[in-house]
Amino acid sequence: MSRKNEIMKKAVGIDYTEFEREGVVFDYEGMMKKTGYELNQVREIEKKTSVGDTPVYELKNLTKLARKIGGRGKGARIFLKDEAANPSGSFKARRAAVSVYHAKKLGYKGVVAATSGNYGAAVASQAAMQGLKCIIIQECYDSEGKGQPEIIEKARKCEAYGAEVIQLTVGPELFYTFLKVLDETGYFNASLYTPFGVAGIETLGYELATWFRENENKDPDVVVVTNAGGGNLTGTARGLLKSGATNTTIIGASVDLTGLHMASDNQFNKKSFTTGHTGFGVPFSTNPDRSDVPRSAARPLRYMDRYVTVSQGEVFYMTEAMAMIEGLERGPAGNTSVTAAFNLATQMDEDKIIVVQETEYTGAGKHVSAQLSFARENGISIEIGDPVNQVPGKNIILPKHPSLIKAKELDMMKLKKSYIKNLKTDKGFSDDEIKFIAEEIRLSEEEVKRIIEEM
Amino acid sequence: MARKGDWVRIHNIVLEPDKRASHVPDDTKKCPLEMWVKGYLVNEEACIDDRVTVRTYIGREIEGTLIEVNPSYQHTFGDYIPELSYIGNQLRAILGGEDSE
Repeated sequence: MSRKNEIMKKAVGIDYTEFEREGVVFDYEGMMKKTGYELNQVREIEKKTSVGDTPVYELKNLTKLARKIGGRGKGARIFLKDEAANPSGSFKARRAAVSVYHAKKLGYKGVVAATSGNYGAAVASQAAMQGLKCIIIQECYDSEGKGQPEIIEKARKCEAYGAEVIQLTVGPELFYTFLKVLDETGYFNASLYTPFGVAGIETLGYELATWFRENENKDPDVVVVTNAGGGNLTGTARGLLKSGATNTTIIGASVDLTGLHMASDNQFNKKSFTTGHTGFGVPFSTNPDRSDVPRSAARPLRYMDRYVTVSQGEVFYMTEAMAMIEGLERGPAGNTSVTAAFNLATQMDEDKIIVVQETEYTGAGKHVSAQLSFARENGISIEIGDPVNQVPGKNIILPKHPSLIKAKELDMMKLKKSYIKNLKTDKGFSDDEIKFIAEEIRLSEEEVKRIIEEM
Repeated sequence: MARKGDWVRIHNIVLEPDKRASHVPDDTKKCPLEMWVKGYLVNEEACIDDRVTVRTYIGREIEGTLIEVNPSYQHTFGDYIPELSYIGNQLRAILGGEDSE
């Protein structure tokens, strides 16, 4: 582990120290500009492998339902960007396309990614397209060798694309294996958190702004983004801003898994969602640099206006709803933001536009029935009732009526305070540091100073 | 019995319980960190539980204990879940009511 920084530098081709400034400060925009790609370059790169330019659907029946529940004058029009149409079945193809392109350009022979999610499949697919070797490292099993069906499906997909898949039991020491593999192979670290990875998603924001201007003569009023590591939200928001959509409200949404410890062997298989949940979303928002690169390009608090949570049962209900009334069968995790958007739409005026910015593919393992069967095997009760009574790890409550679907608001100020607390400096902050923190969490310098004094 | 070139799955202990990181939860600390990977058998022949070397699909050689020959995927769409069956008809009934277009 002592050689961590040296291995990392070799494996991402970025000298992060170049962007470090005094104390907690680093030059975020400088890093994005110097080591990333411009929006038009990313569009060209993604076009080479037919990534992006995914279809937009208006969810007319879901909108109608939101209007019945919302009452007179309420019920915003709900739209959806069908990212499942990307080559590997999710928006992650955008990030992978740029990372793999960059790795190839720099002369790396292969790419490595530590991921149990759709990103693995995306990197493996892009590596196959662009002719590089690929290794995916997954946290997959508990100590009894019982695997999360969703992750096993992802392993299958990676292997289908010719990747080597290393599967591990639960635990943060996955990082040791990851470093060892990088060191042994000299391959590129296709981290989700490099500037290339995040630049890859900016096209999604750009495509949304462009599509809505062409088809609806306006920018979306609200874009809902499923939030885990923060890259999806950061990239989409940056793309919207770069396209001039400065008045669009960005709302993050995660599945509420409060109470389940992400590194616990016993609790690993008690969850029905392996991504898009609060177990990633909250810690990565409040401490973005906990990732696998020294400075993460994913910094959601810079862009997030609101952050809401929904329950597992609500997302399963909405996944079923999407198939039954919209004719779109998609993976549950990607429907997290649909669930939030549906409830938010009932509270918005009917002339407003709310956009769900991604979907993911579905299949064996990545399906409502697969997840609910697995939950039942692991002692979780499946009930029909009011989701307000859900306890992650104990039950899954399917709402007995769609009006019971409620996105719960997280306290943004509390998240911003946690961010400051996580900086763990006992010597106080300089003026430059205060300015940097204010940019990171979107508060005025005065507000930051006041919070620090109160702490 | 597996022969050279067979597609197999191997298993390894990466960290014994006493070597696990100090900050992992207690239940996890009681377990070793285990690892599985697949590849083509390099040895001339081997039996289950033998220590072997495999060449992964991308050509890396990795050692481990042989646990499976021709490993297959067993994940499915799960059981039929009766609790889900009301959702479609409930929504269609709400949408098809008196206000329907």
